Formats: sequence, C-alpha cells, structure tokens
Amino acid sequence: MADQTFPIPGAVDATRPRAGLLEWLHSWVVTVDHKKLGILYIVYAIFFLLVAGAEAMAIRIQLAIPHNHFVSPEVYNELFTMHGTTMVFLVGMPILFGFANYLVPLMIGARDMAFPRLNAFSFWLTAFGGLMLYFSFIGGFGSYGVGNAPDVGWFAYAPLTARAFSPGHSTDYWALSLIVSGFGTLGTAINIIATALSMRCKGMTLMRMPLFVWLLLVVSGMTLVTITPLTAAQVMLLIDRYLGGHFFDAQAGGSPIVWLHFFWIFGHPEVYVLVLPAFAIANEIIPVFSRKAIFGYPAMVAASVGIGFVSMTVWAHHMFTVGMTAVGNAFFVLSTMLVGIPTGIKIFNWLATLWGGKIRFATPMLFCIGFLFQFLIAGLTGIMLSVAPWNWQLHNSYFVIAHFHYVLVGAIVFCIFAAIYYWYPKATGRMLSETLGKWHFWVFLIGFHITFDTMHFVGLLGMPRSIFTYEPDRGWNTLNFIISCGGFVQAVGVLIFAWNLVYSYRRGKAAGNDPWDAWTLEWSTSSPPPDYNFAVDPVVRSRRPLWDIKHPQDPDWKYER
Amino acid sequence: MSTLPIFADESWRLPSRGRVGMFSLIIGESGIFTIFVVAYIYYIGRSVSGPTPQILEVPIFNSICLLSSSLTIVLAEHAIQHGLLKRFALWWALTMALGIEFLAGTAIEWRKLIFEDHLTIRTNLFGTTFYSLVGLHATHVLVGLVGLTLVMIFTLAGRVNQGHAGRIQVLALYWHFVDAVWVVVFTVVYIVGK
Amino acid sequence: MSMQQRRPLASIRFWLTLIFPSCPGASSALAQGPQSTPSTLAPVTTPAHEIFGLSLFVLLITGTIFVVVGGLLAYALIKFRARNDEDAQHEPAQVYGSLQVELAWTVIPVLIVVVLFLTTARIIFAIQDAPRPKSALEVTVVGHQFWWEFRYPTLGIVTANELHIPVSSGRQPTSTYLKLLSADVDHSFWVPQLGGKTDLIPNHPNEMWLDPRTPGLYLGQCAQFCGVEHAKMLLRVYVDTPQQFDAWVKNQQKPGAQDAAVAAGRRIFETEACMNCHTVTGTAAKGTFGPDLTHLMSRATIASGAADNTPANLRAWIRDPNQFKPGALMPAMQLSDQQIDQLVAYLTTLH
Ligand code: HEA
Ligand code: HEA
Ligand code: HEC
Ligand code: CUA
Ligand SMILES: [Cu+2]
Repeated sequence: MADQTFPIPGAVDATRPRAGLLEWLHSWVVTVDHKKLGILYIVYAIFFLLVAGAEAMAIRIQLAIPHNHFVSPEVYNELFTMHGTTMVFLVGMPILFGFANYLVPLMIGARDMAFPRLNAFSFWLTAFGGLMLYFSFIGGFGSYGVGNAPDVGWFAYAPLTARAFSPGHSTDYWALSLIVSGFGTLGTAINIIATALSMRCKGMTLMRMPLFVWLLLVVSGMTLVTITPLTAAQVMLLIDRYLGGHFFDAQAGGSPIVWLHFFWIFGHPEVYVLVLPAFAIANEIIPVFSRKAIFGYPAMVAASVGIGFVSMTVWAHHMFTVGMTAVGNAFFVLSTMLVGIPTGIKIFNWLATLWGGKIRFATPMLFCIGFLFQFLIAGLTGIMLSVAPWNWQLHNSYFVIAHFHYVLVGAIVFCIFAAIYYWYPKATGRMLSETLGKWHFWVFLIGFHITFDTMHFVGLLGMPRSIFTYEPDRGWNTLNFIISCGGFVQAVGVLIFAWNLVYSYRRGKAAGNDPWDAWTLEWSTSSPPPDYNFAVDPVVRSRRPLWDIKHPQDPDWKYER
Repeated sequence: MSTLPIFADESWRLPSRGRVGMFSLIIGESGIFTIFVVAYIYYIGRSVSGPTPQILEVPIFNSICLLSSSLTIVLAEHAIQHGLLKRFALWWALTMALGIEFLAGTAIEWRKLIFEDHLTIRTNLFGTTFYSLVGLHATHVLVGLVGLTLVMIFTLAGRVNQGHAGRIQVLALYWHFVDAVWVVVFTVVYIVGK
Repeated sequence: MSMQQRRPLASIRFWLTLIFPSCPGASSALAQGPQSTPSTLAPVTTPAHEIFGLSLFVLLITGTIFVVVGGLLAYALIKFRARNDEDAQHEPAQVYGSLQVELAWTVIPVLIVVVLFLTTARIIFAIQDAPRPKSALEVTVVGHQFWWEFRYPTLGIVTANELHIPVSSGRQPTSTYLKLLSADVDHSFWVPQLGGKTDLIPNHPNEMWLDPRTPGLYLGQCAQFCGVEHAKMLLRVYVDTPQQFDAWVKNQQKPGAQDAAVAAGRRIFETEACMNCHTVTGTAAKGTFGPDLTHLMSRATIASGAADNTPANLRAWIRDPNQFKPGALMPAMQLSDQQIDQLVAYLTTLH
C-alpha cells in the first residue's frame, strides 16, 4: 500500500521558485520554522562530528605507537578534552534536539513548536557556544603558547581548573561556552515540553503520543534538572577564578569533591539525556521494519520515565575511587544496577517487537540492529563498572573509554545514522542510496568493533585514560595499534556517509510521502513538508494513525490498551 | 477514502503553553538554586578564617516586603482578570515598589557587610557562598523587576487590556517563584546557617 | 573470599585465557608474580584477589545475560526476516503486549540485581572495612604534579617515586597501609596487580591497604588526569623480602653521603636554586617542592619513571627537564656544562 497517497490533505507541493544565494542564506538565518531549525541543528552537529572525529583520529595517531611525538602533551590534552566536550555538547545534544525540532511537531500533528522564536534563539545560542569553544584554539596564547583550548578533560576536575593550576583562559572558554550553549539547551528543552504538552492535535492523548515524542518529553524534563546544576557549578568555577571565591579551593577549606558531585549530578543524567533520544529513534524504526506495533507501549513509557528518575540517583558511580564510605559505595552500586531493570525492559520489548515480525533489512534497520547488540554489550560493561570493587580497578582505564564509546558510538551514533537514513527522505524528498548505505553500515560496523572491542582489553591490562603516551614495555603496543587502525576504518565509513548525503541530495530516488510504509503522522504530509506542515489539522484515534487509515478493517484503536 | 476517524470527544483541551513553559523554566531554575543552596549548607562552618555568619542581621522587614509582594501581585492579577485596569496598575506598582525596597535593603545589608565587617566574596568560604547565593537570588529579583517594569510601561502606555491577563499571570508565576526561593534562602542563610 | 573459595575459579581463568589468547598480558596473567604489563588479571594481594574473583563472577553473570539475550535477538532476526515468498504482502499478526511476559522479564532482572548487589556489597565491606592489624606498616603517599612522595612516619624515611614495601607471607603476614594525600590537584594511586586505585585529593585524606604475596617490582601509574605530564607520573612498587626490606630501610635512614671528592657539586647544589626545592638530609638543602634526593641513586629511574637513572640522563635532566617531561615543574637552571658535570658527580654519590 506504500504507493498510496493519503487523504490528509496536507500534501501540498512545497517546491518554490529558486531564489538567489543570499536570499537563501538569509532565509535560513532568520527562520523560525521548526523544520529549518531542526535541519540547522543537524547540519551543525554533523559538522562538529567531523571535527571531533578528526580530533579522535589525531588522538589515535598519537597513541598508535609508544613514545610517539605526533603531537605534544599540551596539544594532546587539548585534543581529548575538545573531542569529549565537542562530542557531548556540540554533537550529541544538538543533533538530538535537531531531530526533536524537526519531528516532534510533525508527529503530534502541530504546525510548529510552542515558541518558535525562542526556538531560533536557542539554536543561535547553542551555535554561538560552539563557535566560542572553538575560537579558543586561536584566542590568546594560553598557558603553553599554543592557543587556549580547554585542556582539563571534559569533566574539568577541580582543583586542576583553579587559577593556580590552569593559568590562561582555557578553562574560562570551557565554562563560558558551555554556559552559553547550556542556556540554548534549556530553551529548547522548555520548548519541547511545551510543544508536547500543549500543541497536540485532536485525539492525541498522552498515551497515544508516538514513543519518540514521549522519550523526548522525558529527555527534556531531565535536561531541565541536569543542565542547570552544570551551569550552577560552572558559575561557581568562574566565581572562583575571577572573583577570588573559594568554592573548590582546598586551601581555604573548600572541597574538590564538591565539584565532582556537582559535575556528575549533571554528568550522569546527561548520558541518559543522550541515549534516550537514541532509544526514541529505535522505537520508531524497529516497529516499522518489523511490520509490527511496538510491544508493550505503556511499559516503554513507564520504563523511560523510570530511567529518568533512577538516573538522578546514581551519579556517584563515577566516584567510587574518591574514598566514600563503604555504605555510600554500596548505595550507589545498588542504584546504578537498578537502572539496568527499566533498560532491560526496553531491550526485551524491542526483542518482542521483532519476534513474529517480517523484518526488512533496509539501512535504517541495519543500524538499529547494530544498536541493539552494541547497547546490550555496553549496558553489561556498565554493570561491570558499577561493581564498586571492580571499578576500583577499571575506573579511568581504557575499559571505561570502551564502555562509553560502546554507548556513545555503538548506540547513539548508530541510531543517529539510522535516523538520518530514515528521515532524510522526509526532509529532502530524496532517498539516500541504499548501496552506499550498506557500505557505510558494514565499514563503520567493522571499524567500530576493531576499535572499541580492543579497548576493553588494554583497559584490563592496566592502561589509564588521558595519557598522551605510554611506555613500550607495558604490553599495550599491538592492541593500541589495532585500535588506531579501527579508527581509520570508521573514518572511511563516515566519509562514505558524508558522500551519500551529498550525492543523494542531487541524484537520490524521489521518496514520495511515505517511502517506508510507516505509521506516524509525519509520513502523511508531503516530503519535504510545507511550511505549515498540515493543510488541515489531523485528528487521531490511536498511536498509529496511518495504520488505521491503511487498515480500516483492523484499526489499532480497537486493540490498544 | 475519507475515513479519518473523527474523535468522539469534541472538547479537546490542552494546558496553556505559556504556563507549561514557565513551569519548565521554574523547574530548571530550581536546579540552579538547589546546587547553590547545597553548596551553602555543605560549607556552613567550614571557613578557616574570617567573619562567620554571626555578623548577619536577620532582614525581617525586607523579607516581609518581598513576601507581601506576592500578595499584591495576586491582587493585580485579579484586577486585570476583571478588566479593572486602574486597580491593576496600582497593585502592580506596589509590587514593584516592594521589589525595589527588597533590593535596596539587600544593598544596604551588603554595604554594611563589606565596609564594617570586611566580608567580601574572597574573604572566606562564608563570604563566597553567602554573596553567591543571596546574589543569585537578588539577580532573579532584578530580572523579575525588569519584567514587571516592562508590563508597567505598557500599562501606562495604555497597551494592556483584559486580554493580556493570561500572559500577566505567567509573569506573575515567575515572581511567585522568586518569592518562594527567598523563603528557602532565608531559612538556609539566616536561620539554619547562623 | 578465602583461599579455598578461590580454587573453583581456576577453570574460569582457563577460559579467560582462551578468550584473550592474543593479549600478551592475559596469557601471562596466570603466571604468579610481577610482570611488566600492569595487568588487572594477575592479582597478588588479598584485595586484588578478591576483586579478581568478584570480577569473574560478574563476568559470568553478564556473559550469560549476553548469550541469552543476544542469542534470542540473533534468532529473531534470522527466523523472522522478511522472505520474498508467499505472503510478503500481508502484515504479520499485530501483538500489542502481554502482561505476563512483561512481568517475567521485570522480575528476573530484579533477582539478578539482588544477587549482584549482595555479592558486591560483601566484597566492598571486606576490603574497605577490614580491621587494621597492629603490625601494619604505614606509608604516607603524597601526590605532586607530577611525582610521588612517600613518607614512612614510623621509620623516619622520605623518598620518592619508588615505593618499597615488605612482602606478606603466610607465616609473617604484613600489610601496608597507605595514607593518600595530595599537595596540589587530584591524582590516583594505581598499581593494578596490587589492587584497585584510590584517589589522592587535596583536603580529603584517603586510605588503602596492600598485602602482596610475591616479591618483585610492580608497575603502575597515576590514574587521574592531573595536568600536562599526567602520562609520565609512573609508579614503581618494590615488594621486598623481609631481608631486602630491612636493608633498604637501613640505607634510607642514613643521611646523605658526604664525599669530599664531589664537594664542588655539592656546593652548586646548595648555592643554586636546587636546595629550594630538594632535600638532601645532612645538608642545607631542605626544599620540599621536589623529590627528596638523599638516596637518589637507590632508585632505578628519575622523574617518576620518565627516564632511567643513569649519569647521562641525570645530566640531560638537569640541563633541561622538558626533554623528558615537557611541562614538568622543575625549571631548567641555565648552568654551565662544567657545573652540570660537577652536580651529576655529586648526585651520583647519593646512594
Ligand atoms: C549514553 C551514554 C551512556 C549510557 C546509556 C550508559 C549506561 C550505563 N553506564 Fe555508563 N558511562 C558513560 C555513558 C553511558 N553509560 C560515559 C560517557 C561514562 C564516562 C564518563 C567519563 O568518565 O568521562 C560512563 C561511565 C560509567 C561508569 C563509571 C566508570 C568509571 O569512570 O569508573 C559506570 C559505573 O557504574 C557506568 C555504568 C553504567 C550503567 C550501569 C549503565 C546502564 O544504564 C546500562 C543498562 C543496560 C543494561 C544493563 C543492558 C540491558 C539490560 C538487560 C539485558 C537486562 C538484564 C540485565 C541485568 C539485570 C544486569 N558508566
Ligand atoms: C558522542 C560521543 C563520542 C563519539 C562519537 C566518539 C568517537 C570516537 N572517539 Fe571518543 N570520547 C568521547 C566521546 C565520543 N567519542 C568522550 C566524552 C571522551 C572523554 C574525553 C575526556 O576524557 O575528557 C572521549 C575520549 C576518547 C579517547 C580517549 C582519550 C584519552 O583519554 O586519552 C579516545 C581514544 O582513542 C577516543 C577515540 C574515539 C574514536 C576513534 C572515535 C570514532 O568513533 C570517531 C569516528 C569519526 C570520525 C573518524 C570522523 C569522520 C571522518 C572524517 C572527518 C574524515 C577525515 C578525518 C581523518 C581520517 C583524520 N575518544
Ligand atoms: C622549582 C623547583 C625545583 C628546582 C629549583 C630544582 N628542582 Fe629538581 N625537581 C623538581 C621537581 C618538581 C621534580 C620532579 C619532576 C617530575 O618528576 O615531574 C624534580 C626532579 C628532580 C630530579 C629527579 C628526582 C627523582 O627522584 O626522580 C633530580 C635529580 C633533580 N630534580 C635535580 C635537581 C637539581 C640538580 C637542581 C638544581 C640545579 C634542581 N633539581 C632544581 C623541582 C625543582
Ligand atoms: Cu597525577 Cu595524573
Ligand atoms: Cu554514569
């Protein structure tokens, strides 16, 4: 039935006469349209993915052999700090908000976000934060005369950030640019919440919202209470650095541990802020390509909300080695392990969704399948890390690096790729090439596993993170070399992807409104959707409005509970 | 195929986006305040030298002013809801006056602390945490006042009418929040911390 | 976990080597004693053994979860792939959920978590709250950017970068308690074979204990990013037999050697800035910003493992510390070649 056009009469031809380049640019700068802002976010994030990826490649070249002199220690420290900071704040957050911006209004049958102008403002704040962060590379002389890029790790542990140990402005760039982009993030989160709660089309009760919207609602709620502690802590840091305060000053009785708590009160929920949108993407794609409704929708909603709450109580699992009491350690072991339960429910529900389906292995689905396996492994290594005594060994080793890249790359980046393959046709009207897509998937998958599987082992063999070089006699040489090779295989994969984006934009197959034979509202309007999204406000009766239309004898609303 | 299922229940009501947005903002702001409050509490009595919270004088009058401004703003809300513009302007102006009084009181308090007790933000942990927390709150009062002032200007220019009641309520929500935070700050700084 | 309980783990260790055949460290992990790879898989102290045992147990459980869930996933993907034949046009039966199934897969993980948690908690308490024997040796470890200071308050010894502790044998169990402090930023003490890491944090003293069973040299390094030269903040721990340890202690307790033949070098040391940062007991040099050099030559490396302790390296180090450790907090002193030669001659007498 895929070729059928749908009766929701929003499908207007949106192609407009070609305008001049300047006019075109201007239209993007002044836009308050959620779709354009969404695309801006995504393009911005992909750009920084390449930048931070290139930084990762430099890291891997430096570590490929022991006692390497590819970069100086100062530059290495800037590289890994900027890599981590960029990936988390300028890639992870914006891309997910990009998808949210683009999709949430479409999925709930709205014409725009609740506050379009705030939306544009938030984007430009975020963009400005990113620019400021990267300006640090050229701004000033820094402590070593090589630019002022932050070099204190993305966690910026006090007291290394104090004026005494971090002269120059590197730390200030880190704090200020993240405060700025943090406000942007806050604005977007507020916007998403207001949109999801107040802009739904008729009939879309909370329990009929697509899971994507649900998860972004949860994520935005979490963002409100996780970004703000970071902002607060960074303000304190700046007070210490500029006004001579003593928040984290051990000499004056202040405690560096307090910074660790504040940072991880942000840092841990932050990683779920990043992963829940990835889950959201999987929640849309897996059912469509299995040809089945998502299994256990209410449980999925409950599990997401559960993860949201539990994840607020686990932050100190990043601090098992700072010398907490045994009871404290035990508490955080338990709370951390408890997160595995709602997360497990999600994995099982996806499994059950696949079960009995008719699985089509199109590129978006391939990436989601990669995600399922990789997230399973990453979650289990997370459980290993949460075992406090074992964590005393593994903390700050490459095992941790392996764990979180398994989630950040193996789960989140994979889902982002899936999402791009899945919604690119909606946004551009063209399909991405399936052939290039398959190549991209396999090359990236292989590179990913060469790199990050191997990292677990060097970690177990005692290699710490954040080191710019290592001794040749430690037994880490071969493994590091393999890891670095894998990095380059990934780079090839990403290049194929970038090429696919460009190539298909011109040569891709026309997509039509509903290329995947899917069920949520965004597929009922044209590709790309008109400015006003829907000519007539949609009305829905179930979680899969397009299923109901395609199967009038057997609509969902008869069965949903 | 015109089988778009028509939703039976015709009354489709959703929460006001302004309110939802403001509540979200308030939750976010609470995050910031929580961290500063926690830091304050954690550092009580940990200063290694310099003045202690003993030097603080409890700003009772100030607090009464700020808290009663919550009352006056409610009265203003009522007035605008019923279209009583004059009365609205009056209560609104009173709210602003109380807010300004509060800031002025804070300024006087800080002046004494700095010049008589020699407590600055760099003196010791108490100074750092005190000025940060109270200053953070004062900043919020200031931002609130800017908002109030804008509304006042529009009112005086005759641009505000009954139809704006909803938006004014959203702004008032923020003002209530600023007041509520003061209760927490007051308790922590002037009661628990002293 | 006692000795007997550890036996059944032998077979798991066997499997472990099968899983990691390519890892040079892992295959030698079975070897008792020190090795150049600071592997977490070759424990030699009680805490390290307990952690290792626990890790195998956790690995077993998580491995099982992986095999079961991953297997089901793989099975579903193969079994339920879309085939091109007959009914490709029809959608499969829609299933929206099932309370029983969902309950089951909530309850089972809860049980697993309970088991994991209880096991973990037991080991946490066993290691962290172990009663401290009276006979324990106490060492104060102070982290500096980017070197280690070791103080033995009961023995009156101060040294740097290379820690000596006595072996703990069955007949003569001796444990060493480390008190962990920091002079500047956060560091972390980590020698994987000897146990987990513990951070050194200013204004927050920490503690950990070791009772190594096999003598030898164990390697590790600072495990908390602490600035430019974090990577070169290496750690060497010598586990000595009682005789070796006694001999070492005796030597360390002596004041710095006073050899008239190198008086020139000593004079430079005491007139140039060296004495502001370094201590040589028995001389005017009482600085504490840099490592204690009283028994410099008793150490195999300099600058926290950045270079071997040879006269040539000492010369290079004094000429320009940045050559080994760019960013190290010792300045190049702009001395003449002759002065450096005399200094090195002096330093090499400090046994
Ligand atoms: C999106 C990112 C993401 C996600 C989702 C997670 C998920 C988890 N993480 Fe991870 N983590 C990071 C990103 C992430 N992490 C990052 C970036 C760091 C390092 C930061 C830094 O230091 O720079 C880190 C570090 C980190 C540490 C600290 C390591 C250290 O520095 O010492 C710990 C310790 O507990 C941990 C644990 C966990 C756990 C238990 C989960 C759980 O949520 C996983 C839950 C999932 C499963 C368990 C699998 C599926 C469940 C089942 C199949 C059910 C059955 C299973 C059981 C009953 C166990 N993580
Ligand atoms: C979303 C988050 C994310 C993502 C996607 C990645 C992706 C990658 N990361 Fe990163 N990483 C982090 C988040 C992330 N990382 C964080 C938070 C840290 C901690 C930082 C800290 O400790 O402060 C970290 C730290 C970190 C380290 C540890 C550094 C250290 O502690 O010393 C390493 C080392 O190998 C590494 C490697 C890689 C590699 C090889 C990739 C690859 O997957 C990248 C693949 C992508 C590309 C290769 C880019 C695309 C290709 C081109 C642009 C082509 C042209 C370029 C060249 C070929 C040069 N990362
Ligand atoms: C400003 C302080 C300072 C001065 C002055 C100084 N040093 Fe150092 N020195 C250090 C520090 C700090 C280290 C440790 C560096 C590291 O490992 O990162 C060190 C390390 C050393 C070491 C290696 C010690 C070891 O056990 O690893 C030697 C030898 C040494 N200094 C000799 C000298 C001599 C000789 C002079 C004078 C010419 C001198 N130092 C002057 C601070 C100083
Ligand atoms: Cu000390 Cu890293
Ligand atoms: Cu975490």
